[in-house]
Parts: sequence; structure tokens; C-alpha cells
Amino acid sequence: MQPFSDPRAAWLARLGDATLILGHRLSEWLSRAPTLEEDIAMANLSLDLIGQTRAFYVRACELEGAGDETTLAFRRAEPDYRNPLLVEQPNGNFADTIARHLLFSAYAAPLYERLAASNDVETPGIATRSSREMAYHLRHAGEWMIRLGDGTAESRDKAQAALDDLWPYVPELFEADDLDREVAASGFGVDPSTLRDDFDAAIDETIARATLRKPAEGRGQRGGKSGQHSEYLGHILASMQFLQRAYPDARW
Amino acid sequence: MNAHDKNLAARAEAARAAAARVTDPEVPVLSIEDLGVLHEVDVDETGRVTVSILPTYSGCPAMGVIALGIETELAKAGFEDVRVVLTNTPAWTTDLMTEAAREKLRAYGISPPERRSGKRALFAASADVACPRCGSRDTERISEFGSTACKALWRCRACREPFDHFKCV
Repeated sequence: MQPFSDPRAAWLARLGDATLILGHRLSEWLSRAPTLEEDIAMANLSLDLIGQTRAFYVRACELEGAGDETTLAFRRAEPDYRNPLLVEQPNGNFADTIARHLLFSAYAAPLYERLAASNDVETPGIATRSSREMAYHLRHAGEWMIRLGDGTAESRDKAQAALDDLWPYVPELFEADDLDREVAASGFGVDPSTLRDDFDAAIDETIARATLRKPAEGRGQRGGKSGQHSEYLGHILASMQFLQRAYPDARW
Repeated sequence: MNAHDKNLAARAEAARAAAARVTDPEVPVLSIEDLGVLHEVDVDETGRVTVSILPTYSGCPAMGVIALGIETELAKAGFEDVRVVLTNTPAWTTDLMTEAAREKLRAYGISPPERRSGKRALFAASADVACPRCGSRDTERISEFGSTACKALWRCRACREPFDHFKCV
């Protein structure tokens, strides 16, 4: 897979990479979630994200004038994926999954809201639909975070540990690189550094209600947005891509 | 309008009526017209029909079945060259659902979406949702996510029945 020549396509595909990997991670919960309702919720959240991925990939290929969503999803190697490191982190315990989803949706909800003003013809509709979905994701993760944080001693410890463990992956979400700046300047995309206030407002409210402590922010871990991943991504791809690699163009 | 244009317009109307017979595979009491999913139906000079539909939720698996249903209904109505396209803009919203559709949902046992979609505060209380069986507003949410992407699980405290609520987006 060659890199994209159209910056708009490269940027949209990057959004799709984030939702694809997180959607796959959530699907790993199916049949294992703590309650039946939560199992269904995980399936729905995963489905939303994979549906968003498809919309982003399809539009990216249209703008690029080449490629297809199946190739983007299933036939690339680790360095071709440009998702932030946060979304490839393992599911861990339930609190780890909820914390990861809280951080991602508090970033993605305002991102999609702003993207609804894109100067593209198709992207505003995709972003509007996705932002309505992310509002549900954010509330779901937030309500669980409050229940866990303001719950038993054990659930509280696990919720705090999850936030502390994942916080190093927060800065990467908001660091604008050349591609972000280019698509934002052209009126197509959004500069992620402008989303931090919205993220902090949602996180601060949730953490306060959960009676948890906001982790101190260090330098952080980064690299996914430029194709440098943790070891986890290779394992995700091995499982996710197996069918298309073993039986190319398989259909059912 | 000359005779030729009239003929084209009549064909477009017939094509739309055929497409509007397709129902949602998950909520079979609603047609895609009731839902606001059926967007535009055009017939060009060569007789080719283009039907655009608005996807509801990003990952809704019903879209493929709906597209197949449109092709089938149009074939039955004599339209052979049919193309179904998904249109992202305008984004679909439950505000597109007709009043008749809301009534059909209620009769089917699904509480319809509240009238206006819109932004609400992160942890604001849910809007009033009436039980589709007994009409009581003394209801509570069990889960924001239900049997399909468009539904949430609720329960009525008055008649004790659980029910599906069509989410308002």
C-alpha cells in the first residue's frame, strides 16, 4: 500500500485507523463482558466505530481516486496504520476498557462536531452522524467511570489505576503534526490541538463525579500517528487480518 | 411540461412508490419512507433509476439488506437498471421520521424517539420516555444500548414491562 498523495485522504484514513483498531479491541469483549447488557453495549459501540471506519475509508479512497476500504482495513502492515497508541492498548480489566473509551470519546466527540463544518461535500454528513454516536459513547463510558470510581474500594482502585496507566497516551491525541495543520488550514479537517479544552471539560466533570484524581501529565508516549506502534498492534492485525490474508477476497 | 417530461416524472413517481414499499428488516412495521431513509429517486433518459438512501447509524447492518430490497421491489415494478447509493449528507436524523411512523412504532411496542434531536449536557437526565404499552411516564433506562444500533432498553415501573426505545439522534 503506497502512502496517500492527497492529504485529505491521508487524514481521513488516519481517523479510520483509530476507530478500526478501537472497534476491534471492543469486539474482543463479546461474550466476555460482565453483564448481558454490557456485552450488547460493547457490540454496539464496536459496530459504531467500525461503521465510522468504513465511512472514513470510503471517502478517503474517493478523494484519493484509488484504493478500497477492504485493502485499507485488512491488507496493510503495522507502519501503514496511523492510529494513536491509546486505541491499541489492551482491554485489561473492565475499568481499563472504560477508561480507554472515556479518553477516546472525550477526544472524538468534539473532533467530529468540528469536522461537521468541513468544506468537503461528504465529510460533514459522516461527521454529524458520528458525533451523535460519540455522544452516546462518552456518556456510557462516563457513567461507568462514575460508578466504578464512586463504588467499592476495589472498583475505585482499579478505576484510578486505569486512568493513571492510560494517561501517558493522552498528549498524542492533541499534538498536531504537519498533516493536521495542512488539512485544518485548507478548511477540510480539524487541528487536534484545538480540542483539548473540550476534552478537559468532559474529563474534569467525570473525574469529579467519580471522586477520582486527575493524573499528572508527563511527557507521554507517542508514535502511532506516524506509524511507530507498540507491540500490541501487530497482534491485533494478526487476528483481524487473518481471514483476508488466508483467503483473499473471501465473501460470505 | 411536455409529454416526454411528464412520462419521466410519472416513471420517477412509480419508482419511488416501489422503493417506498421496502421495510426496515429490524423494524418491519416501518417502511424506509416512514423512517426518512429513502432520500431521492431519479429516473434518467435511459431509464436508469438511481435511489439514494441515508444510512441511519454508521455501522447499521440493515443498509445492505435495504439496498437489496430496493432492487427487488423495483425489479417487480419493471425497473431493471437500478443503482442504490448511500448518501452521507444530509445526515439522517430521527427528526425525519413521520408522525405516522411514530404511531406505528408505538403500536408495535417500541417507544418512539422524542420529537427533537439535539445536544444535551453530558450527564443530563434522560428525556421523558412513555411506556408504549400502558402509556405511563414512570419509566427507567436499563441500558443505553439494545438489540439493534437504534434502540435502547427501558423498563416501565407502572406495568413492570421492559420495552425498546428508539433512540433520538
